[in-house]
Amino acid sequence: MKSRGMIVVMVGVLALISLTWLSAPAAAAEPFVIGGIFSATGPQSYLGDPEKKTMEMLAAEINAKGGIKGTPLKVIIEDDEGDSTKARLHAEKLVHKDKVLAIVGPSLTPTSMTVLEVTQKAKVPLISCAAAVQITSPADQRQYVFKTAQTDQMAVARIFSYLKGKGITKVAILTMTNSFGDAGMKQLTGQAPGAGMEVVAKETFGEKDTDMTPQLTSIKGKNPQAVICWGTGPAPALVAKNMKQLGMKMPLAQSHGAASQKFIELAGDAADGILMPAGKLTIYKLLPDNDPQKAVCKAYDEKYQAKYNKPASSFGGYAYDAMGMLVLALEKAGADREKIREALEQTKNYAGVSGVFNMSPEDHNGLAPDAFVIVKIAGNAFALAD
Amino acid sequence: MVGDNRRRPPLSCRRRPYLRPGPEGHAITVDNFGPLLQYLVSGLTNGAIYALIALGFGIIYNATTIINFAQGEMVMLGALCAISLYQLYPSLPLAFVGGVALVTVAGLLLERLALRPARDVSPITLIIITVGGAVFIKGLAMSFWGKEAYTLPPFSGSTPLHLGPATMMPQNLWVLGVGALVVALLEAFFRLTLAGKAMRACAYNQRAARLVGIPASRMVQFSFGLSAALGAAGGILIAPLTLGVYDMGTMLGLKGFCAAILGGLGSSLGGVLGGLLLGVAESLASGLISSGYRDAVAFFILLVVLFWRPQGLVGGRG
Repeated sequence: MKSRGMIVVMVGVLALISLTWLSAPAAAAEPFVIGGIFSATGPQSYLGDPEKKTMEMLAAEINAKGGIKGTPLKVIIEDDEGDSTKARLHAEKLVHKDKVLAIVGPSLTPTSMTVLEVTQKAKVPLISCAAAVQITSPADQRQYVFKTAQTDQMAVARIFSYLKGKGITKVAILTMTNSFGDAGMKQLTGQAPGAGMEVVAKETFGEKDTDMTPQLTSIKGKNPQAVICWGTGPAPALVAKNMKQLGMKMPLAQSHGAASQKFIELAGDAADGILMPAGKLTIYKLLPDNDPQKAVCKAYDEKYQAKYNKPASSFGGYAYDAMGMLVLALEKAGADREKIREALEQTKNYAGVSGVFNMSPEDHNGLAPDAFVIVKIAGNAFALAD
Repeated sequence: MVGDNRRRPPLSCRRRPYLRPGPEGHAITVDNFGPLLQYLVSGLTNGAIYALIALGFGIIYNATTIINFAQGEMVMLGALCAISLYQLYPSLPLAFVGGVALVTVAGLLLERLALRPARDVSPITLIIITVGGAVFIKGLAMSFWGKEAYTLPPFSGSTPLHLGPATMMPQNLWVLGVGALVVALLEAFFRLTLAGKAMRACAYNQRAARLVGIPASRMVQFSFGLSAALGAAGGILIAPLTLGVYDMGTMLGLKGFCAAILGGLGSSLGGVLGGLLLGVAESLASGLISSGYRDAVAFFILLVVLFWRPQGLVGGRG
């Protein structure tokens, strides 16, 4: 008898819980709630901070204009500090507690890989701002995952085709030992045979290393026709300085991870002549007026500059494009995760900061290698190289 | 910010035939000597900085028998203070002197505010306090300077110098030269001045030194100021080569600690020797084996020394 009473009580409790569960979304249905997860602090904050600021800027702008078709937008942004565990906890919270319609971010490949496990299972659209190919492929396991950053695959393809055009076939690669550098190393060595390139030396350096002359000395001994450096943060600037010190006059190509004004500032006069694949935001002023991305880049840069008194970065641009496409999807689909996913997948010819997006069920990135241009540094500024 | 003040060589030097692999690209004959000399140059430069940091560890250890783990942060403060001063007023000598002076004050404050109030506790507690101090200084630097890296122009241009088959920047010579000068001055101070002799007396036997009227607590404070100044000098010297960033101090501090242990904690000669050896070992390891082993080498050496010769090469007071 006693146990039956317990069961009745338990059923009652369950019913209560499920009632509150069911009523919660109904009560929160007023504004469109979307989440953001960025590495806004910590060592990778140069990525996450502009992304967070961009998302905040756009949300304020949309709400000032009366929201999306009259519905205000509520943005909940979490900071994962570059930590995968924290990113996962934030994703769980956004999905289950805040019941967001979609999430923008995270900023990094490792954090994106753990967050997409959560969102894929809960069927919440995720638009990652990180670069690696495996975030959106294999496509059949990533129905709810999109990304706006160009992949390193495209950057490598772009550099190889440029160098090839200059008659260079023997390259040395020098990559950073972090996820960005490792992914670059994989792409560089993987694509080299197909592109007709021979990798004559393969060296690495740490994120915090301050002297790469030993690695470069051993590269120098192998006589490459060009050096390709793949890394983020201040260290690639030191590679440029050290190459100048060693009198290595072959061309140096850096990755898109180094394509910023800060790089030129840090490398000083060693920056001259360096090649890199860059998103169009870096050089939008040099683009012809008929380039579809010119106006978008200009608008973003001017808005960001006005609000934060700093030039916009291509990293913030990933969040800008993610928000742009998400807002279009919300307009079309309303507060329905499944319909938002479909709308995102149908995005065609969307001219964003990072490229022209053509999404499809097989390609949730939607960019082509022409999203990158090869730029060359001359006289402390970027110039188009081809 | 720094970009505006950067010196640029005349246009004729900057134009380089970039996209043509020069004739020398194929002509260089690789003998083993060239790369080795290059590793040595790079290793000695880094080693000189480790030596300055190791000396700082030694001075404080001699005065207090504690290890000041905030030593690396003093290097960072030195670099960043000098960079900021240079941005305010573009004069390198002033930035150097000003940077060292500011960081000396920071070292004195660390002793006065964090360690003096707890002076009667065990050394291990004091060491933990210095770890806390290091984290605090790093955090403060992050909120003041942000997470970006800054650069300081080299002291005398950036035209590489040729030393046989190896090349070096004039800044490498500055690091080695000023490093040697600072070490010489430090030795002279300890051997020839009354204050220096008093500090050495405290190092040998603090109680006896107190008994003959040497103000031991003043000497402790002095040792913090002096080692902060040494660290700052190292940081400013290396800043043109490595850039200044808020988190550069931790690794440098640990390397300096390895150097101090390797040479013999508390011994000046040991600190210098340990620093240079460590720098060269790292550079050879990353050049000849693999760059991944660079940091591992320092800590491997530390472990080997602690197992087989805990008093260090020169036999300090460890």
